[in-house]
Amino acid sequence: MSGPAQLEVSDLRVQITAQHGVVRPIDGVSLEIGAGEAVGLVGESGSGKSLTLKSILGLLPPEAKVTSGRVVFNGTDLTQLSRSRLNKVRGAKIAMIFQEPMSALNPVMRVGNQIAEGPRIHLGMSRAQSVRRAVDLMRRVGIPDPERRFRAFPHEFSGGMRQRVMIAMALSCDPELILCDEPTTALDVTIQDQILRLLAELCRESGTSLMFVTHDLPVVAQVCHQVAVMYAGRIVERGTVAEVFSRPLHPYTLGLLRSAPDVDRPGQSLVPIPGSPPSLASPPPGCRFHPRCKFAEEDCKATEPPLRLVDVSRVTACLHYERCLDEIGADT
Amino acid sequence: MSVQVMLEATGVEVAFPVGTSLGARLRHQQHMLHAVDGVDLAVRKGEALALVGESGSGKSTLARAIVGIQRTSHGQIELDGKVLPARRPSADRRRIQMVFQDPYSSLNPRLTVGGILRELLRVHHVVPRHEVDSHARELLRMVGLGEDAAGALPRQFSGGQRQRVAIARAIALRPELLVADEPVSALDVSVQATILNLLQELRAELGLTLLFISHNLAVVRHLCDRVAVMYMGRIIEVAPTEELFRDPRHPYTAGLLAAIPRMTTRDEGEAPAVRGDPPSPLRLPTGCRFRSRCPLAQPVCAEQDPALVTSRADPEHSAACHFAWTAETASAPEPV
Repeated sequence: MSGPAQLEVSDLRVQITAQHGVVRPIDGVSLEIGAGEAVGLVGESGSGKSLTLKSILGLLPPEAKVTSGRVVFNGTDLTQLSRSRLNKVRGAKIAMIFQEPMSALNPVMRVGNQIAEGPRIHLGMSRAQSVRRAVDLMRRVGIPDPERRFRAFPHEFSGGMRQRVMIAMALSCDPELILCDEPTTALDVTIQDQILRLLAELCRESGTSLMFVTHDLPVVAQVCHQVAVMYAGRIVERGTVAEVFSRPLHPYTLGLLRSAPDVDRPGQSLVPIPGSPPSLASPPPGCRFHPRCKFAEEDCKATEPPLRLVDVSRVTACLHYERCLDEIGADT
Repeated sequence: MSVQVMLEATGVEVAFPVGTSLGARLRHQQHMLHAVDGVDLAVRKGEALALVGESGSGKSTLARAIVGIQRTSHGQIELDGKVLPARRPSADRRRIQMVFQDPYSSLNPRLTVGGILRELLRVHHVVPRHEVDSHARELLRMVGLGEDAAGALPRQFSGGQRQRVAIARAIALRPELLVADEPVSALDVSVQATILNLLQELRAELGLTLLFISHNLAVVRHLCDRVAVMYMGRIIEVAPTEELFRDPRHPYTAGLLAAIPRMTTRDEGEAPAVRGDPPSPLRLPTGCRFRSRCPLAQPVCAEQDPALVTSRADPEHSAACHFAWTAETASAPEPV
């Protein structure tokens, strides 16, 4: 980790009051990002990864509420900020890139103006300055002929080009942190490759930190150094990408790695994770993964395992993580 | 495996009219979008053939044409040497069945799972009437669902379970060819594995031939024997799976393979595998369709549309690039 944490999420809990009771999609999430770091947050649908990202900027849907926990960014707790104070952070210090650029962009506003809007509002640029900046940014993210494309509308762009516009918007105010919510999931593989390389390169150049939410493990490996794995509203494991993907210390991570075919390991047999994710309205007691875990013991049902440091920069919430290592050892 | 061709598509074209304003139609200025533009493809008995490509490449349209739910504008499709007519008799329809991508929209929400299967078994007289019920339960057991699943509605199931129902429906008619259009793309990774394993088991158990459409090359490498790569309505390369991954001959295939995100971190500052966006299907480049993005493009690529040419050394490997087999033909240059 490089330097002190720039963003520190501690014990975040989010609650949604639905018709049939209370659901806790995020139940005690803690993570931190150092300046210039790229952290991946992975998990399957319903694990709470996107919601964690959205709660950082206070973008939760109205029925969801942060019930406890802190989101400290450069010393300020964002959950305590008023709407107007938070608006000074959004876009200016922390930017966000969404999955579906078509629905995240304003369909009736020229893309150039959408990029130029941020610098005008947050950096106090004049109209002419902000337009110049927008054209520069469009060139930097690889949009051909930016002077002319400035006046285009989002529908005139392809999916990959729209995502480039989103990236230009995110970069427009030189943010310290960019939050990405599955930015390439809707894109084709060659376009995904272009966008991932562009994001990684731009963040490296400008020293911007990145928090990257995805369900796709190999995508994390392309962009991030650190990865956190989420399951049923909690983080179950954290570490460097290389370590976590080669020596997982949580049976859920191991299950994810075993169930997805790896293009570089043809002929490997796929081992699905038995069962299905728990209901978030009534999660199982103890470790939330224990009903699906083949290493589960009595203590897994009784105690809620905390995230603990087990090795240099390796954090896991599994009481019996050694068994994962035994299992990998037995395989190779 | 004996090389026995089961299904053969020859010169298949599917075109859709675009710009359907009344004025355009009256002036006969309607443009046609050629989603599939002259495809020859042979599916061999018992194999798992993958059809890969990016969105807009025409892979799903080709699959739908093969199943017979999309009219072709040109070409023919033969099954066991017999040309399938445009309006297929039900006996022929039975032999090719399809599993769709989205298990949420491809099942009748008003019928129970058992009802969906029983209707099918009755209409096609698959089993005698008094056995319909027990056979429906047997099908559910085969796809790994409990027999009590028969009484439930599709909405009571998760995505993975619905995809099992969709597979049960497809195999109910005892098809020879199963066409699966991105059957696992909408599913979570851990659920994907169960469906992929199920498809593999069913292939072994029923001797199914599988045409598997996917954009996920890791899944394809895991499941399929051969791969056909599509780009802008054409098949640009066909090869056995491992051969294709080891030695892609078309620059687009090479780029596609290089663009797959790997589990290992990559070198910083490397250029993207394929540059640019795909062209508009209404304004295709002259000559080779890939030349606008191709790192190897030469003047000849703008003039001549490369045909799918089979390697002289390896009759299993074909590619549609002027330079695919240049090394082989260096001594005796072909008239390009």
